[in-house]
Amino acid sequence: MIHFVVHEPNDSVGVVVVEGVQSGTDLIGWVMDGDLTLQMKSESDIPIGHKISLKDFKPGDTVLKYGVDIGKVVAPIKKGEHLHVQNVKTKRW
Amino acid sequence: MNLKNTNFMGYRRENGRMGIRNHVIILPLDDLSNSACEAVANNIKGTMAIPHPYGRLQFGADLDLHFRTLIGTGCNPNVSAVVVIGIEPQWTEIVVNGIRASGKPVEGFWIEGNGDIATIASASKAAYSMMKHASKQQRVSAPLSELWVSTKCGESDTTSGCGSNPTVGNAFDKLYDIGSTLVFGETTELTGGEHLVEARCRTDDIKKQFKFMFDRYQDIIERHKTSDLSDSQPTKGNIAGGLTTIEEKALGNIQKIGKKCMVDGVLDKAEQPKISGLHFMDSSSAAAEMVTLCAAAGFAAHFFPTGQGNVIGNPILPVIKLCANPKTVRTMSEHIDVDVSGLLRREETMDSAGDKLLDCLLRTANGELTAAEILGHREFVLTRLYESA
Repeated sequence: MIHFVVHEPNDSVGVVVVEGVQSGTDLIGWVMDGDLTLQMKSESDIPIGHKISLKDFKPGDTVLKYGVDIGKVVAPIKKGEHLHVQNVKTKRW
Repeated sequence: MNLKNTNFMGYRRENGRMGIRNHVIILPLDDLSNSACEAVANNIKGTMAIPHPYGRLQFGADLDLHFRTLIGTGCNPNVSAVVVIGIEPQWTEIVVNGIRASGKPVEGFWIEGNGDIATIASASKAAYSMMKHASKQQRVSAPLSELWVSTKCGESDTTSGCGSNPTVGNAFDKLYDIGSTLVFGETTELTGGEHLVEARCRTDDIKKQFKFMFDRYQDIIERHKTSDLSDSQPTKGNIAGGLTTIEEKALGNIQKIGKKCMVDGVLDKAEQPKISGLHFMDSSSAAAEMVTLCAAAGFAAHFFPTGQGNVIGNPILPVIKLCANPKTVRTMSEHIDVDVSGLLRREETMDSAGDKLLDCLLRTANGELTAAEILGHREFVLTRLYESA
């Protein structure tokens, strides 16, 4: 069973694709490009479709998804935590 | 799926284009003529009024776009014949003459000097003959490459980027191979991934045209924004679905143009392509505005991937919805034509999901109704460039 997907091997986030992921859940991820799997523990409750951080971030860091820059970190994020509008913002506009 | 030898059954129009629906439409020039159009559509069963709120005191490029959108809607091959009603004769005639160039039956009526009741009576007589004519038209066989297909996604979430958008990309790559005419757009929703679209432009000239359209739209955002747009783009629905920034949304959006298609042309809003291949059309990212522009540009079927569950339809352009979010597929099943949620469970490959979408395209082309058609979604939303005079 797959709990989250990752687009590219060097991405720093995954997307949770099942409902009901809670803090402390052991998760299996699927890296679509390369067809690999990886394991990690969730450190937050994460709704379906929302992102899980695959590494520790500090403010000012860049988040990669699809292998491309999707924005800047504005609050510290730990590996396994929920990564969204509370800790990441656009670099545009 | 071997698309080269695949045919569909559609309507061959006077100008040679192939349509997949046979609508007789009652088209208002302006807001004032909506009620007369609706009365005609009520009188003559099977016809359809397409009301909208604009068409008065517009000028310049905004008026040109108004005319281009109405004329393009009338010329769309899914339309058999058109009654146009306006408040006065001169602008009405501009739209009638524009549609007449396609060769299909069209007649114009105006209310000033006649009143609603007499206008409705004469327009109803014309609509009666058109409906009789349309009901006699038969579907004929044509190669799938003659079906023009547009795409735009809506209420996207992260599942759009991993599932439903790349499914459209897979289908677009396959349609591109057989020489289909395709379009994508949503100018602001390429922000953060514009370099990826530029890299797909077939020539430097096309790249320059794309850059011009992209920068023109960025200027509008910069001029009018009061924040970083995080209250509008991504939308509240996008954010609820897990999309964090415009860049992330754009990268998911761009999955719709597949891995192989090249951008062969750049179109202004509601402009018809002159060659086959994939086109970029400068357009709003609001669903109904964009789909209305696709219909006006002559596209006959539409792929609409959604994540959180956008319910949009169009009066004349069948909108095929696909979704990879298992929760949306479960809670909003009546809106989803193609369920590709198996992709995210690793139960389905992108290739089979693309084929499933193409199979639905064929069935829709042959006459099967889409969810949006059955539910009566007829969002017809005209894009405005600026205030009326």
